[in-house]
Amino acid sequence: MGIWDPANECMSREELEQLQLERLQATLHRAYKNVSCYRNKFNELKIDPDDVQSLSDLSKLPFTTKDDLRLNYPYGMFAVPLREVVRIHSSSGTTGKPTVVGYTRNDIKTWSNLMARVHTAAGITHDDVVQIAFGYGMFTGAFGHHYGAEIIGASVIPMGGGNTEKQIMIMQDYRSTVLVSTPSYAITIADRMEQLGVDSKSLSLKFGLFGGEPWSESMRTEIESRLGISATDNYGLSEVIGPGVAGECEYKCGMHIFEDVFIPEIIDPETCELLPPGSVGELVITTITKEAFPMIRYRTRDITSLDYSKCDCGRTLVRMKKTMGRSDDMLIIKGVNVFPSQIEDVLVAIDGCEPHYQLVIDRKNSADFIEIQIEVTENIFFDEMRLQRAFIDKVQKKIESVVGVSVGIKLVEPKSIPRFEGKASRVIDKRHS
Amino acid sequence: MLKVKNINTYYGKVHALKNVSIHLNEKEIVALIGANGAGKSTILNTLSGITPARSGSIEFNGELVQSLPPDRIVKAGISQVPEGRQVFKGLSVADNLELGAYLRFCAGESKEKIRQDTRHIYELFPRLEERRKQMAGTLSGGEQQMLSIGRALMARPKLLLLDEPSMGLAPLVVQEIFAVIERLRVQEGTTILLVEQNAKAALKMADRGYVLETGKVIIEGNASDLLENPEVQRAYLGKEKKEIWER
Repeated sequence: MGIWDPANECMSREELEQLQLERLQATLHRAYKNVSCYRNKFNELKIDPDDVQSLSDLSKLPFTTKDDLRLNYPYGMFAVPLREVVRIHSSSGTTGKPTVVGYTRNDIKTWSNLMARVHTAAGITHDDVVQIAFGYGMFTGAFGHHYGAEIIGASVIPMGGGNTEKQIMIMQDYRSTVLVSTPSYAITIADRMEQLGVDSKSLSLKFGLFGGEPWSESMRTEIESRLGISATDNYGLSEVIGPGVAGECEYKCGMHIFEDVFIPEIIDPETCELLPPGSVGELVITTITKEAFPMIRYRTRDITSLDYSKCDCGRTLVRMKKTMGRSDDMLIIKGVNVFPSQIEDVLVAIDGCEPHYQLVIDRKNSADFIEIQIEVTENIFFDEMRLQRAFIDKVQKKIESVVGVSVGIKLVEPKSIPRFEGKASRVIDKRHS
Repeated sequence: MLKVKNINTYYGKVHALKNVSIHLNEKEIVALIGANGAGKSTILNTLSGITPARSGSIEFNGELVQSLPPDRIVKAGISQVPEGRQVFKGLSVADNLELGAYLRFCAGESKEKIRQDTRHIYELFPRLEERRKQMAGTLSGGEQQMLSIGRALMARPKLLLLDEPSMGLAPLVVQEIFAVIERLRVQEGTTILLVEQNAKAALKMADRGYVLETGKVIIEGNASDLLENPEVQRAYLGKEKKEIWER
């Protein structure tokens, strides 16, 4: 299979490291000069961007976290004036304000090329018809894939998320060869096809690029056999660029991180210490070419490990394993980021709700489903079913409006939810068991 | 081919280059862009050993050259075309060219071989052949620039450092000089590091570029990307004024 940008994907380590150092130094100079958040952090620690004289000096720099982005809402982390920004995206609303990211014209170009690399690595060529079943709008996913496929010269169908029957109809009629979606949506499509009696062999589908949520190897096998395609994983996050940080090649042995654009590190999420190559820990990413929104040592909170051994595809880029979880409590439900604290905030705010609750996440008919179990107290014990129903509706609407995904509410007996000493674990995730 | 890491160069107490890291791959044309005093020419002068770096490393084809004197650096394969051409005005065109091969002559190369190279320069610059017996001082600015480039090529460099080749030349002559530079890459496979005030023209020709600001590299990238970068405009125009926008 092809390599989109061999000059940048197959560099020798030595060449790559020189390029990384140059770009890192330039990025630090710009970030220090233009972004007060970085300048203040560096000054506080008495770090001068000039102190970074080798790649290993990167570990002396402070981390950037989602909190930094929130504190600088909306445009505080931008390194260029707004009139040079041609695109604004934002991550799904987490607690309080969402995080806002910006792109210059060149950033969009960089992003498109990175996605062209991801698509090429997955096997896509200009002969393909790419059906994008990610939601357009504020999310980065659909746009990134859209640009990448378009640059390659494939025919892009900007279908958007949902409306499964129509997705299937278009797949049949437009002869789509590639499906881009979350892995769980691929299974939803497979289920619906089964119900409708559509044979996957009658479709033109050859490839699937799946991302936006963690998925297992067994899920890959299931998708591949049920849809009759080759399924590859890709990784990214809006704070860093969106999808396009890393993608799998045909060998499916980890996602190649595009190191000419991103420098990855693995840290211990507890001690924040840098871990040696191969260790499992939290992925930290520094962008070294982004203009509008440079990120220095951004803590992704995703747990993975890096493999520097040679890959048979010819790329010299390091590979990251499929993400194995989070170092915070963020949940990914149908591709949407949900923090349990958001739900707790709503529950506390609603009159009479003592926060004894538990979140149960499961996959029903292959779609993620979140159920909030709330202990009944005297305040919310209603004789009348009608009142109880109204209460549940109110809580449900309120939570859905905050987290952005549909939830189920179940009232449970008092004291039926286990109490924890110390840090409460209120989340039961049955999806991966 | 060239790997520069963290060089610091001073003029007396003035810190002119601050931790500059750049690289050049074989047969690349790389442009250095920036305002006056940003350190572009200083990089060239540091590479050629005229103003040596106080710290940092310069690796050229695997050899560390940062502490070599200028003549040894020329021998290693780096030639500079200085700003303002600096031809020997009282010497003929032919003599100027032969002087460019001085070190090769000292190393025992035959006059015949050097003459052959002179003929080659004349092929590249037919105008110089027409005027080969004329005093260099009587040439036009564009012709002097060609002579200066020709003289540098006589040392058979692997890397050519070009400092402001378009300075003070009429637009048509500039085009001609740039065409020659392009030809050097295609025909001779020469690697070129180019300093230019005319950022647009330089980036149109170059593969990659570095943008300098007050002695620091602030952007590295493909020439086509840099052309579209608003910060390039700012750095090039030397505007210190910061844009304020609503936070």
